[in-house]
Amino acid sequence: MTKSQRFSWFLFSSPQTFYPLAGTLQPWFTVLAVLLCAAGLYIGFFVAPTDAQQGDAYRIIFIHVPAAWMSMFLYLVMGFWSGVGLVLNTRLSSMVATALAPTGALFTFIALWTGALWGKPTWGTWWVWDARLTSELILLFLYIGFMALQAAIDDPRRADKAGAVLALVGVINIPIIYFSVKWWSTLHQGASVSMKSAPTMATTMLLGMLVMALGFWMYSIAAVLARVRCVILERERHTDWVAAEIGGQT
Amino acid sequence: MIRALGWVLRRDLLLAFRRRGDVVNALVFFVIVVSLFPLGVGPEASQLRNMAPGVLWVAALLACMLSLARLFAPDHQDGTLEQMLLAGEPLVVLVMGKVIAHWLVSGLPLVLMAPLLGLQFDLPGDALAVLCVSLLIGTPVLSLIGAVAAALTLGVRGSGVLVALLVLPLYVPVLIFGAGSVGATAAGTGAEAHLLLLGGFLALALVLAPWASAASLRIAME
Repeated sequence: MTKSQRFSWFLFSSPQTFYPLAGTLQPWFTVLAVLLCAAGLYIGFFVAPTDAQQGDAYRIIFIHVPAAWMSMFLYLVMGFWSGVGLVLNTRLSSMVATALAPTGALFTFIALWTGALWGKPTWGTWWVWDARLTSELILLFLYIGFMALQAAIDDPRRADKAGAVLALVGVINIPIIYFSVKWWSTLHQGASVSMKSAPTMATTMLLGMLVMALGFWMYSIAAVLARVRCVILERERHTDWVAAEIGGQT
Repeated sequence: MIRALGWVLRRDLLLAFRRRGDVVNALVFFVIVVSLFPLGVGPEASQLRNMAPGVLWVAALLACMLSLARLFAPDHQDGTLEQMLLAGEPLVVLVMGKVIAHWLVSGLPLVLMAPLLGLQFDLPGDALAVLCVSLLIGTPVLSLIGAVAAALTLGVRGSGVLVALLVLPLYVPVLIFGAGSVGATAAGTGAEAHLLLLGGFLALALVLAPWASAASLRIAME
């Protein structure tokens, strides 16, 4: 009994069995992502009321806030799979971590960019050295460091493990960096514009944001599955099953 | 174990002493970078006094980072590192010895040099003292975190730039509280909280960083 459970538990930890599974799942997550994002944008742009203080400019938060959530969440997921890959020595976990990094960096960048676009009409400036902005910027640097390290190492197994150590060091450091920057900005800036002063959110606004967050989540899964399929093909190109797979497709 | 630590420490210090030029170069780099700032922003004393903590700390970060290349790379090239991995002593202890030697050679000179440069920036006496203390607590953290990055990028092409990319974001908390302690003294609010936090970082880095460096070295040497 336990044997069959173990079998099913680790069945999809092999790249060969995961590759077709990822191929089957990916279109579903893509469809979900498109539907949820369309619904979220519709709520955000047409249903949600205009904000009394910020006017229509606030509507960018329907993209900004979910992107910021995903950027932090994806780093944790990346750290988790890196840790699993390092401890259990499973190749697929490290491949997933590798595939997560560009999506995470993308969301970090979107969060910074939309934050700047929101800051200009609301705060009157593109950039302030606010705690959240600064720590988001450092998060982007951490993502870039992870990708640069993996790209610089030729041996894929070493790249996996080195990246995993870096991701774990980053996971330990993220709270430290966040609180350092937070205390720093309160020490240096005095009373600057804070997002806490925003009025309590209308239900439709919250709904739109949550739907968008779910849409981004589904997009992340779809993008990571697609990317991990490419990584698997590239890493396993010397194996028979990849040759059969590619030969069968053409 | 203590003997292994002492052995690595003595060996690295002896090697550094035989190649004094490298040590001096990092120190001169620190002095030059700091001296460039008044030329860039103008010689007005009040402005320089405000900038001094940040400038000195950023220059210390960069000087520390530049010397990271000496930490493992020469031993990697001549095969000593392999012997260290094969040795019966725990690798964490050997890494610790190397990090301590690195700090004595590249961190401590910065601490001793900093008050002199602080004078150039017209820092008052108590701020100079705090600057020294903050560097004394903070630079070991830089060496410890840097050891992880140096081990990760061992033998990788373009490792010099890569180390900067990996290590500088992780140095942010040390920079904030190191420079913050000097700024707080100058502002009259007292530096105690900043220094305590720096001490906390040192304690955390002492526990985790040698272990992570040892793991990274094993990955690099596989």
